[in-house]
Amino acid sequence: MINPFEIIETINMIDNENLDIRTITMGISLKSCADPDIDRVCEKVYNKITTYAKDLVKTGEDIEKQFGIPIINKRISVTPVATLVDALENPDIDKCVRIAKTLDKAAKAVGVNFIGGYSALVHKGFTNGERILIESIPQALSDTDIVCSSVNIGSTRAGINMDAVKRMGEIVKEAAELTKETQGFACAKLVVFCNAVEDNPFMAGAFLGEGEGECVINVGVSGPGVVKCALEKVKGADFGVVAETIKKTAFKITRMGQLVAQEASKRLGVPFGIVDLSLAPTPAVGDSVAYILEEMGLEKCGTHGTTAALALLNDAVKKGGVMASGYVGGLSGAFIPVSEDAGMIAAAECGALSLEKLEAMTCVCSVGLDMIAVPGDTTASTISAIIADEAAIGMINQKTTAVRIIPAPGLSEGDTVEFGGLLGTGPIMSVKPYSSEKFVSRGGRIPAPINSLKN
Amino acid sequence: MKAIVTVVGKDQKGIIAKVSNILFENSVNIIDISQTIMQDMFTMIMMIEFDSKDVSISDINDKLAVAEKEMGLSIHVQREEIFQSMHRI
Repeated sequence: MINPFEIIETINMIDNENLDIRTITMGISLKSCADPDIDRVCEKVYNKITTYAKDLVKTGEDIEKQFGIPIINKRISVTPVATLVDALENPDIDKCVRIAKTLDKAAKAVGVNFIGGYSALVHKGFTNGERILIESIPQALSDTDIVCSSVNIGSTRAGINMDAVKRMGEIVKEAAELTKETQGFACAKLVVFCNAVEDNPFMAGAFLGEGEGECVINVGVSGPGVVKCALEKVKGADFGVVAETIKKTAFKITRMGQLVAQEASKRLGVPFGIVDLSLAPTPAVGDSVAYILEEMGLEKCGTHGTTAALALLNDAVKKGGVMASGYVGGLSGAFIPVSEDAGMIAAAECGALSLEKLEAMTCVCSVGLDMIAVPGDTTASTISAIIADEAAIGMINQKTTAVRIIPAPGLSEGDTVEFGGLLGTGPIMSVKPYSSEKFVSRGGRIPAPINSLKN
Repeated sequence: MKAIVTVVGKDQKGIIAKVSNILFENSVNIIDISQTIMQDMFTMIMMIEFDSKDVSISDINDKLAVAEKEMGLSIHVQREEIFQSMHRI
């Protein structure tokens, strides 16, 4: 018989410490849906998604019931839609938006809560289709409910496409303006990446990369609350103990992910891709990454020492998780989305956490500046410059970085945006008042760094 | 199919009788049982076996929910693999 203490430990993690499987994401290739005729494209896309993913939600719910572990989200990621736009005859913004609406409709028909992949990878340059898709993003995101978009504007191998960076600053602003009645909600569904990964199951940045197969199941685990509770038991112990405690906990969390991923893959008859061992917070109390950092001895997340604490956390999560799963991938690390983390919200509200500190933290965490609300009058060039800074961190450090920023229309520092649900609530954070306009307007490409030349 | 039933709550008369009776009524066999007091709470763990053609985990969960409510307990029924995989390599 299994040890009763272990059984109670598992049940405690689920019931009291918010252990859950954050998402089962089905990646579906849309390469076979390319067609010059937009009507045919929409028909093929709709049919393919609703066929491949028809049992996804039900399977997730069945696994949830049988194993007693909550599976919060069931989602879909698809091939970057720019690939379909490139194949269209006379592509234009209206046709792109029609594809977005088709994705929205198909995703709703199968009951998932987000579909990602309204994306373009332009880290070195634009194809015509990619250019048009990017132009259509504000309209596509405001006309749909659950479609997520991402654009990769840089990579360690290619450098940073500064033309794309400039345009994305403007696109973020346009998306915010088009959804001003919901405080710029469209921007919460738009991620600008450097070194985007092809198998990320987490939204809003999920898409099914070029090197992926026809259909795949990727799973994202979560459990900041479990790590926090484990650390509560080693108060005052040295960092060796802290790291070991996090590793052991991450191992257990990831084992759940591996189990669910294999089970889902078997039931759906779809290959298992990866487990993404991320600590993904939610606005729920007790499900916060910031509180883990504070548990390590920081009075408030964002104070001096936060970057070191996050570095230890991020590394220990990977070390613990990597042995628990056969295939680890995605973003794997600790997420620090401000509006989705109760501790981050509190830290930003009291002024302990600033944009500058977050930028430093993104050097050692899994992604980047995530779910950050800034004043509505922030200029497009400032947003582009923020994107460029993050992309530079990603490019030089050979890691994924991203910017999901919301210039909330009509709001200024001291106000609060409220998106509700998993996307949470966030205070408006201040940006530098000095212009980056001339810098951003130079255009062209920042060359790939010397450390990309590995061959 | 094998599953683990955990019952946690304030110690009182008839917990085992109530739970095992519900399991019996649903053609579920108890293959192992242990009980202890953990953090002042009555904790019972059972390993059960049943034919998934006759009854599903959700059915058992629903049936046990009655006892859960009546006696103020917390009852979970979960497939055993979740515990195996979390704590064993």
